Amino acid sequence: MSSLPALFGVLVFTFLLMRVLPGDPAVFFASGPNAGKEEIEVIRKQMGLDKPIPEQLLRYLYDVGRGNLGKSLMTGQSVTTDLRERLPASLELTLTALFIAMLSAIPLGVIAALRPGSIVDHGVRLLCALGVCVPTFVSGLLLIYVFYYLLGLAPDPTGRIDVFTSLPPSRTGFLTIDFLLAGDLDGWWVAVRQLILPALTMALFVIAPLARITRASMLVSLGSDFVRTARSVGLSWWRVVVTYALRNAILPVITIAGIVFSTMLGANVLVEKVYSWPGVASYALDALLSSDYAPVQGFVLLMASIFVVVNLMVDVLYGIADPRVSI
Amino acid sequence: MTEPLLRIEDLHVTFSTRSGPVEAVRGVTLSVAPGEMLGLVGESGSGKSVTGFATTRLLDPAGRVSSGRILYRGQDITKIPDGDFRALHGAAMSMIFQNPRAALNPIRSVGLQIADAILSHKRMSKQAAADEALKLLRAVQIRDPEKRMSAYPHELSGGMCQRVMIAVAISCNPMLLIADEPTTGLDVTTQKVVMDLLAGIAAARGMATILITHDLGLAAQYCARVVVMEKGRLVEEAPPARLFHHPQHAYTKRLVAASPTASSRIEDLVTDEERGQYLAVLAACKPQPEPPAGTPPLLDVRNLAKRYDQGAPAVSNFSMTMKAGESVGLVGESGSGKTTTSRMICRLIDASEGEILFDGESIAHLPAREFHRSPHRKDIQIVFQDPNESLNPRFTAFDCIAHPLLRLSRMRPGDALRQRVEECAARVGLPIDLLSRFPHQLSGGQKARVGIARAIACRPRLLVLDEPTAALDVSVQAVVLQLLDRLRREDCLALLFVSHDLNVVRMMCDRTIVLRSGEIVEAGESRALFDNPQTEYTRELVEAVPQVDRCGFSVQS
Repeated sequence: MSSLPALFGVLVFTFLLMRVLPGDPAVFFASGPNAGKEEIEVIRKQMGLDKPIPEQLLRYLYDVGRGNLGKSLMTGQSVTTDLRERLPASLELTLTALFIAMLSAIPLGVIAALRPGSIVDHGVRLLCALGVCVPTFVSGLLLIYVFYYLLGLAPDPTGRIDVFTSLPPSRTGFLTIDFLLAGDLDGWWVAVRQLILPALTMALFVIAPLARITRASMLVSLGSDFVRTARSVGLSWWRVVVTYALRNAILPVITIAGIVFSTMLGANVLVEKVYSWPGVASYALDALLSSDYAPVQGFVLLMASIFVVVNLMVDVLYGIADPRVSI
Repeated sequence: MTEPLLRIEDLHVTFSTRSGPVEAVRGVTLSVAPGEMLGLVGESGSGKSVTGFATTRLLDPAGRVSSGRILYRGQDITKIPDGDFRALHGAAMSMIFQNPRAALNPIRSVGLQIADAILSHKRMSKQAAADEALKLLRAVQIRDPEKRMSAYPHELSGGMCQRVMIAVAISCNPMLLIADEPTTGLDVTTQKVVMDLLAGIAAARGMATILITHDLGLAAQYCARVVVMEKGRLVEEAPPARLFHHPQHAYTKRLVAASPTASSRIEDLVTDEERGQYLAVLAACKPQPEPPAGTPPLLDVRNLAKRYDQGAPAVSNFSMTMKAGESVGLVGESGSGKTTTSRMICRLIDASEGEILFDGESIAHLPAREFHRSPHRKDIQIVFQDPNESLNPRFTAFDCIAHPLLRLSRMRPGDALRQRVEECAARVGLPIDLLSRFPHQLSGGQKARVGIARAIACRPRLLVLDEPTAALDVSVQAVVLQLLDRLRREDCLALLFVSHDLNVVRMMCDRTIVLRSGEIVEAGESRALFDNPQTEYTRELVEAVPQVDRCGFSVQS
């Protein structure tokens, strides 16, 4: 509940920002470059753009309050429908990427922390540096070049499934899950193959912060008194490192993972573009380029809400992982 | 003579640091017989803990045994590879540590932690290990052991955590237990309970114990033999009675003198040679003239109370008065409200109720946030417990001392300020050339002096000292206590001394107030109060203090 004012602020801010940005949607959406002044004026009136800005804002807030995010001029559909269609694609991609990233970052961080200053530690550091400094569109194209063009292992990077496969009945919106629910293993494999490369591209970029925070927090944990206690009574290596050190070290990693997830969801528009992934980020970018107000505002509101939800989930997870925290 | 359980021969431990290798232990030889309790005493940096950690191979990665042998039942355990040492950990030798709460895993229930230790050496089911853990919790006398099995360390008190730690350590019946400052940071009464428990368990199981401590009194009370270490070397080894009454080595003499006992006076804290010097200083102080009749007391506190949102009040109905130049001790266990009271008196926090009169003038009505503007801010100054935490790490010693002068005395940077700062430094015995150093470049004692110099810079009339020597070694403590006493006599400075160390308070303070759960239990002239306590609680407190004079009793029995 305490996040409602923040959401409201985001709402108003984006609204004003969109109005300040140059570009007139009415001009853009008039039938052609040679549309007359009157025609533009009519469109403007239809869109309510002739009203003073405070009134526009009030109307907008009223609509949002009733769950109506407006209509996209690009697709001609309501923004809510558009977002609902595209959000699962983005979520599926981001969650997979985060999963891959965590799965590689945590062991890397742990290995680096076990032998600080060793070759392994430096190797992990180099890997992280590479992951961060290569932009996603470069690493994305590189992966496509190697795995699709050279090796032919990956399918062509054109969206979530190839043209020959028919879509499963939509239940969750997550194609991999929908295929499984429909019992279509061939379709599932197609979807997974499409998913792997973009997810990997995204993951490469966020392995670095996750691995670094794991390493730092593992170092603190391994140097702590309770790990010394665990060693002093002769617990096994696995017990000491995993049950005692890692479980304590994982707490800050959860926080960072939450932040990383929210960032990935919105900011990886480049990955979606490179792989023609029909996600929300590329949708918002297209809308922004064509001065289509409603989708951009809807997108920002969606991102803010997801950010709030993710943070709430992180808090809940924290409460489960750490008995000292009560929510 | 039976074969010793543990024999350390000419042990050297070296740490590799940025500025080259540092020898922390330089040739220690000692032995422990089965079932014996050996005291290993020394000040910080003496290498006593390092010796313990080297024995159990828990040294920091930077440290290693560079030469010497450690024989456990005749076998040199320095030669055992790391992987095989695990069989010894816990089962043959185990440790308990200072700061018990940090030594336990914060996110694992204590029952599971004990069971972990059991399962690492014995093949049994989880349920059997849990039953065993419950038995151990009973053995360390934890109330409601069934309930405590699922408790987390943060839900237990420090003393309880240390008992759990003992349970973990003895879970696999080791023959040797190394206790590294097991009761430092615990209240005296808790210390007594934990030490009695430890001694009882060790005796019942025939377990040899090495008690590593900085507290000579504690070692004397529980150990049959005490080894004194200084700078990585073993300087003296003797039964405690002989160590106290006829110390041989110069360092032991200093250490014994500096350890306050029930009967020691401030001038006793140094060895005979240095005492004359101090007495000369005292003689030079002229006695303060009695204030004319009718002057209000320097400090008059009436019915002070502090309530936080929930639960019992932290302090209630606290009244006291202090004359100029008087020293009053405020003692009690942790949670008794002594720090809260002292913070209210020096106006760092607001009282919920009550009146504080300074020089007859009310100062309680001014909110703590605004008190720095009051002219009395200069008059009431505070010395904090931890000299490390209470100095700004980005300020040099000079800046630290000059800060109150700039803020409260409205001095401007310049020669006058420099002169005043140097004067204060000289008063507390801080060499002038150290003034340009940052706190991390100073030793603990030097930092304590900076803290005191800062507090006296504005010539206060009341100094509130919150455990001023708790973080210091006894020899440094001795010097700091003498310094404070001298300041009191020379400047007619009133001292409000908050401490849990009863021996120190008895020696330093004219009067003592005993607090319990925020209420005054007993108050009166120090010596009378300690020699003949009127309440059960005070008696318990006094009896819990390890007394060198009483040593030998528990040993002989």
